[in-house]
Amino acid sequence: MSALWELSATEIAARVGRRSLSAEEVVRAHLDRIAALEPRVDAFLHLLPDRALAAARGLDAALATGLAAPPLAGVPVALKDVLDLEGLPTTCGSRILEGYRPPFTATAVARLEAAGAVVLGKTNMDEFAMGSSTERSGYKKTRNPWDLERVPGGSSGGSAAAVAACLAPVALGSDTGGSIRQPAALCGVVGLKPTYGRVSRYGLVAFASSLDQIGPFARTVEDAALVCSSLCGWDPHDATSAALAAPDFRAALAAGVEGLRIGVPWAFLEKGVATGVLATFREALRVLEAAGARVVEIALPHAPHAIATYYLVATAEASSNLARYDGVRYGLRVPAPDLERLYGETRDRGFGAEVKRRIILGTFVLSAGYHDAYYGRAQRVRTLIRRDFETAFAACDAVATPTTPTTAFRFGEKTEDPLEMYLADVFTVPANLAGIPGASIPCGFAGGLPVGLQILGRPFDEETILRVGHAYQQATDHHRHRPPLAA
Amino acid sequence: MARVTVETVDQIARLAHLSLTPEESITFARQLDEILAYADSLQALDTARVPPMSHAWTSEVFREDEPREGLPGHRALEAAPDASDGLFRVPRVIG
Repeated sequence: MSALWELSATEIAARVGRRSLSAEEVVRAHLDRIAALEPRVDAFLHLLPDRALAAARGLDAALATGLAAPPLAGVPVALKDVLDLEGLPTTCGSRILEGYRPPFTATAVARLEAAGAVVLGKTNMDEFAMGSSTERSGYKKTRNPWDLERVPGGSSGGSAAAVAACLAPVALGSDTGGSIRQPAALCGVVGLKPTYGRVSRYGLVAFASSLDQIGPFARTVEDAALVCSSLCGWDPHDATSAALAAPDFRAALAAGVEGLRIGVPWAFLEKGVATGVLATFREALRVLEAAGARVVEIALPHAPHAIATYYLVATAEASSNLARYDGVRYGLRVPAPDLERLYGETRDRGFGAEVKRRIILGTFVLSAGYHDAYYGRAQRVRTLIRRDFETAFAACDAVATPTTPTTAFRFGEKTEDPLEMYLADVFTVPANLAGIPGASIPCGFAGGLPVGLQILGRPFDEETILRVGHAYQQATDHHRHRPPLAA
Repeated sequence: MARVTVETVDQIARLAHLSLTPEESITFARQLDEILAYADSLQALDTARVPPMSHAWTSEVFREDEPREGLPGHRALEAAPDASDGLFRVPRVIG
């Protein structure tokens, strides 16, 4: 019999729903596990044990008096600290928001709570989601549960590490250039970035508004599908949310991959992929072929330009979005005799180096004389990248790549060279630019560290991605391996 | 293409309301120069007849203009470092 902290969200919801297990027992088991392992993993910025236990007891009481079992009954969830919960801290990993308590709750979080999920706490992240290692947090380092000397990836590193270490069966993150998929790959869990517009971003602190998307982490594709059905759907509070009902994503899983065409952009993978990662990826393709899929070669000729395009578009948007942190309405204020110095000194003290670097770059590419050459050109190349995918999806049903070029790297390995850190996102960034959905599925190990298989789909076709991922997990047991952390 | 100097970084920092230390300006000038040199690969692409893309997806953003409760003023001020009389307080701006 599995320990309660090992159970999948699907199993927890089923057992709590039929009252063979209480939500309180489930939440207690996870809080105990957090108490034992958090000192080594450091996944959380804020824990909410009293609130979680109260919510669990409330759910148990409601179920006892005949409440119909909600879809996520008693499922503990960890939230990246970029998502608002009314009256509780949101720091976004930044000192500039230390002590800030938002006056509203993010729609994505409200939907999960309405579906019976129980929030355990808020997880660590790179400051304002800018980073690929969680080393840019203004608060602390999160460690990769597979090797405590290595990064968990980022920016949603705390959420990925929490799920990998079984501190929570599911977590939410946000993905602007790979911030769900890349840490999912490095920590050996499932991470899904839904289509742009699928999930309301009301109550998500904005980084780059044309790219940001909220999505789940889980240990199985089935759990990610379960959570997604509660997460997705139109929200009047977010003008960019799509007026589409959330499908029952789990119902799509059984279809398998027989006859599906999986496109691989081999030319794009030629350079820079570690040998062990590439070998693991090829083996994953063989598994999918054995399950009935057909692997075909596709071309994404403009994908090599995606990182450059991304860092012009995303920083431009970020420089505008982060203008609001000025010491006037919320967060840190460094007192000064005049307003200009108040702004400048508050922002200089409150923001870390990576955030300042991106604000400067974004302000530069938008400034008079450079706008057309940089930002304007990047927006046009973005069109070319999207067209590449449109062409590719005429010849295949899903695209597969390794999620990342390497496995988890060591602390400090890429912090001195910003460009090298940016290249960790080379395979994840194109999906954000095109607005298409993508997932990372654990597909084995290289040198003892997890490797992720990235699967990309057509806009609003998360079902195909989840089908491929589920078929893969049915045929393999990588997702059953646990990091070597004794409680 | 133009390259980033320390003077450029200082000018941009003023526009972005950032008071950088001299060390930060020097480091950022070097790093931004490297990043923009990397981004120069985009200059080789022919984009003359390619439309710019600002969003992946544009939903139906129009709705009926129905009045509804907003966030009450006192709640909006709760997180302010300095507020009084229902207003955000800042240092004197006009002499």
